Amino acid sequence: MREVVTLTINHTRVEVPAGTTVLVALLANGIMAVRRSVSGEPRGPLCGIGVCFECRVTINDRPHCQSCQVLCEDGMDVRTE
Amino acid sequence: MSPRAYDVIIVGAGIVGAACAAECAKEGMRVAVVESSCVGGGATAAGMGHIVVMDDSDAQFALTRYSQCLWDQLADDLPPECEFRRYGTIWIATDEEELDHLRRKEQFYRERHVPVEFLDERALAEAEPNLREGLRGGLLVPNDSVVYPPCAARFLLERARDRGAVIFVGRPVARLDEQGVTLRDGSFLPAGAIINATGTWAPELMPGLAIKKRKGHLAITDRYPGFVRHQLVEVGYLKSAHAHEASSIAFNIQPRPTGQLLIGSSRQYDVESSDVSHAVLARMLARACAYLPRLAELSIIRTWTGFRAATPDNLPLIGPLPGHEHLYLATGHEGLGITTSLGTAKLLIAHLLKRPPAIPPEPYLPSRMESLTCVKSSL
Repeated sequence: MREVVTLTINHTRVEVPAGTTVLVALLANGIMAVRRSVSGEPRGPLCGIGVCFECRVTINDRPHCQSCQVLCEDGMDVRTE
Repeated sequence: MSPRAYDVIIVGAGIVGAACAAECAKEGMRVAVVESSCVGGGATAAGMGHIVVMDDSDAQFALTRYSQCLWDQLADDLPPECEFRRYGTIWIATDEEELDHLRRKEQFYRERHVPVEFLDERALAEAEPNLREGLRGGLLVPNDSVVYPPCAARFLLERARDRGAVIFVGRPVARLDEQGVTLRDGSFLPAGAIINATGTWAPELMPGLAIKKRKGHLAITDRYPGFVRHQLVEVGYLKSAHAHEASSIAFNIQPRPTGQLLIGSSRQYDVESSDVSHAVLARMLARACAYLPRLAELSIIRTWTGFRAATPDNLPLIGPLPGHEHLYLATGHEGLGITTSLGTAKLLIAHLLKRPPAIPPEPYLPSRMESLTCVKSSL
């Protein structure tokens, strides 16, 4: 297993230790509000354990992925709203 | 005018009862609506809200077409939460036999001046890029629309209230008779006419009424704006809707203004439990994925069931209860109650005020089949 993985968050290259969840990568890069509610309010993670669905982001063009449940991978493309 | 407290009492505040209330109040009648639980809480809350012109019979066409025109007239008055959108329907054919069916459908609508557009395989793929390849064609009916039914029911009821209607919510009815409605708390509301608009519960107030519960499942996804752009329905849908076997499935998917997708449909007789059946849900979703393969990648956030009020001949019961002077029916709309609620209200008003209706009322009269309405004469 490699020590570091490289991904992009909103087109910006970031490096994180292997085994980091996407949510932690987002928080480590200062992103708290990851999506918008249906009425346009900013939303961010609440539980961090896959229950609240508040931390959904688009990963590799797939919308509504729970960022707290996905580990960062090399070349991963993460987008927030 | 009747000397009784109300000219008309409508039992049931689903979309049909709400539409009847709005229409009666508009005519200056003294109206009461009695609802046992909450406004639009039965089939109204469970259904898709597809306002669709149907071609399964001339009677079904007449009522759905007339009702759709009424929805179009109402559209500008509907508040935003009613989410009225004219998305149009595309009926989809998968093989040669269904293509023939689609062509007959096209001709049926054209002969009756309903705008339609035939989409060949390529045009269909352009209209709906997420459909699988190899489908034979589609029939676009652009004027079909969608609405969010519980809010539409509330809106119609508020219109009635603005014109003086009295609304009793959370007040179960114990019984009704020619004099009025007795509530379970013992109070009695006298009325000149009583309309039973309680959907699948109608036989509880009129034992013997030939209404059967027909269970349906629906699923809704997270928000995926643009994944589908029209309401998509397999052209064999009516085979499912009219099937009399215990259970049937048909592909039917609707985009919501939020970007969510509402996925149906299933039909089951003789099931009392409202639980979601995973077996039925799995069949329904597999059917949808057979048309839209990428649907399998999307997240469903909620599933639920509801019960349609089905009649033996697939047409609603609208009009006087045979053998009773003051009792009327407005039920049995099966899966078309949202569409046909407005036309139903117009037909009932014509009965109540002895006016000529806009469309022939005979196909929907409860008296059309004695076995439909062998209700105890003690009412």
